[in-house]
Amino acid sequence: MLEIKDLNVGAEGRTIVRGVTLTLRNGELHLLMGPNGAGKSTLLKAIMGLSPYEIIKGIIIFNGEDVTNLKPYERAKRGLALAHQYPPKLKIRSGYLLKRLANKYGHSNDSLREIRELIKELGLSHLLNRELYRDFSGGEVKKFELLTLIVQKPKVALLDEPDSGIDLDSIRKLAYLISKLVEEGTSVLLVTHTGHIVKYLHKVNKLHVMTYGRLVYSGGVDVLPAILEKGYHEALGMRWDN
Amino acid sequence: MKWREELKEKAKRSLNKRPPYGPDVNLGVFLWDKGGKAYRNLSTLPQPILERAKVTGIDVKEERVGGTYFQLDFDVLRAKLAKDFKRAGVYLMSVEEALTEFEWARNYYWKALPVDTDKYTAITELKGSHGYFIYVPPKVKVSKPLQTCLFIHKDSVAQAIHNIVIVDEGGELNLLTACSALPVKALHIGITEFYVKRNAKLTFTMVHFWSPTLHVRPRAVALVEEGGYFLNYYIHMAPVKSLQTFPTAKLIGEGAQAYLTSILLASKDAYLDVGGGIEFKANNTKGEVISRSVIRDEANVILRGELVGSSTSKGHIDCKGLLLSERARGEAIPILKSSTGLAELTHEAALGKISHEELEYLMSKGFSEDEAISLVVRGFLETGLEKLPPNLRGYADRILDLISKYARG
Ligand SMILES: Nc1ncnc2c1ncn2[C@@H]1O[C@H](COP(=O)(O)OP(=O)(O)O)[C@@H](O)[C@H]1O
Ligand SMILES: [Mg+2]
Repeated sequence: MLEIKDLNVGAEGRTIVRGVTLTLRNGELHLLMGPNGAGKSTLLKAIMGLSPYEIIKGIIIFNGEDVTNLKPYERAKRGLALAHQYPPKLKIRSGYLLKRLANKYGHSNDSLREIRELIKELGLSHLLNRELYRDFSGGEVKKFELLTLIVQKPKVALLDEPDSGIDLDSIRKLAYLISKLVEEGTSVLLVTHTGHIVKYLHKVNKLHVMTYGRLVYSGGVDVLPAILEKGYHEALGMRWDN
Repeated sequence: MKWREELKEKAKRSLNKRPPYGPDVNLGVFLWDKGGKAYRNLSTLPQPILERAKVTGIDVKEERVGGTYFQLDFDVLRAKLAKDFKRAGVYLMSVEEALTEFEWARNYYWKALPVDTDKYTAITELKGSHGYFIYVPPKVKVSKPLQTCLFIHKDSVAQAIHNIVIVDEGGELNLLTACSALPVKALHIGITEFYVKRNAKLTFTMVHFWSPTLHVRPRAVALVEEGGYFLNYYIHMAPVKSLQTFPTAKLIGEGAQAYLTSILLASKDAYLDVGGGIEFKANNTKGEVISRSVIRDEANVILRGELVGSSTSKGHIDCKGLLLSERARGEAIPILKSSTGLAELTHEAALGKISHEELEYLMSKGFSEDEAISLVVRGFLETGLEKLPPNLRGYADRILDLISKYARG
């Protein structure tokens, strides 16, 4: 579904992501972990086509099509979606954006009802008349970002730390929603900083670890407990250099 | 009519009285003559006038409205009310006609808004023509909106209109007003006095679609009695040379409420000075002054809001401007005045542009750059819609859609 080949991404004259190769098949869930500043968000934004990130080398293939040079909205239209780690504050009401997204991506009455249920379930109803992300708590931002992504009905979902800074009950709820996406056939690339979400996910196909812009590990999730206990370099036998 | 002559004397003494805000307009260069070509009814109006009336939401076929008042330049083309409402005692007619017909009408003439307020009120008394007079008797709820249209189609015309709207105790009215001009050099002065009596409810929706060479000076005051509710929802959607207005609601009875919302699109070299004031003169009164303006090209907008509290009351000002060009200018001036510790008055104001981050975010959600801009503009203007009665929301929705289209080019 999503194939990334030997990708180098730069910004402001600096190379941030180096030589990343990754294949995400239909309905797979991959974790992407790594220390702060490793380049995880940069990779996700580059896959989405956002500025100021520039593809220096490599290609991004989505559903068999080379999308490396497409505009972000053209990628989104094809079924690629990003839940931002730090979405900006907007001058429009949250409810208004949801309405426009729902129109854009087409929903049946049943599915609209489900979305309304979900808003209630996530405890977001009181935010609909507020400007998007203005005076939201950290958890509310994460929940709302995931909600917008669900309304987009993506084929591939890039989730940037949806589990950071939120309470355990919410993590469980988000994990449930993410697993549901996967079961419905969405492929997910999930960046997680703490890894706590993992035990609530129904299945994880693969774990990637990024340091200094490179994937230094791509394999089973069995190393996760060791990573959480000892840190990346000890668990994976790496040195902290560039 | 001695009382009228006294008013005119008073007006004469105020002909040089400049208002505190807005560029001065030389009243001497316009035509104030009555007469001119009159059309017998709406369907015989020239096509451009009909088309424009439709754009501003006028129901030309009068299917969804309970009555129509249409004034072209100086002439009243139509003042017609549905039979049901007539039978219920509702009046819709020219103010001059009302003054001749009912002696009590003069109790509402220049009473909320003094004739010597400024040169524009003064000249309207001296040289103005007509305006609508609407009266809703006690307990009568006018189930369909009434519509009024004030139109300028001749060059150099000064259309000075004096409107009076009275909703008597427990009555209800939704009033739509559309004001428009063909591309002519002209002046529009619209005086409106609103009387919202005990437990009455008035929703006033006004749409302005002027031309880039027009000066506009509306003057409006609402007196809201005990338990009364006044909603003023104003949309300004097309270029204008200059516009200065400062509608004011005076909450004189306990529990009275007023909500003044202005939705403004300022384009070309327009100069807009738009305010809204609420005076909280009785206990448990509530009110909000809200404005949203989209400013493009070289337009200049001053947003004023003023709350004056002298009782247990709650008021809020919320002025926001979205600047779409480098040369656009905006200024927000919220003023709070309290002469008692019992009034709770607050304000927020913000001027900004659509940030690159906002656009990128929306583009990542699947909107093209153009779509993202009009989405932000449209979303920005949504405020206050929820307060409109459901049967007017669709109407306002359509006009806001148009504005976000005009905002782009
Ligand atoms: N727009 C940018 N311009 C320059 N440097 C950037 C930009 N965005 C990110 N970086 C840098 O790239 C590195 C990776 O950042 P990021 O992708 O946010 O890391 P992570 O998400 O893994 O914590 C950091 O050193 C960061 O400062
Ligand atoms: Mg990050």
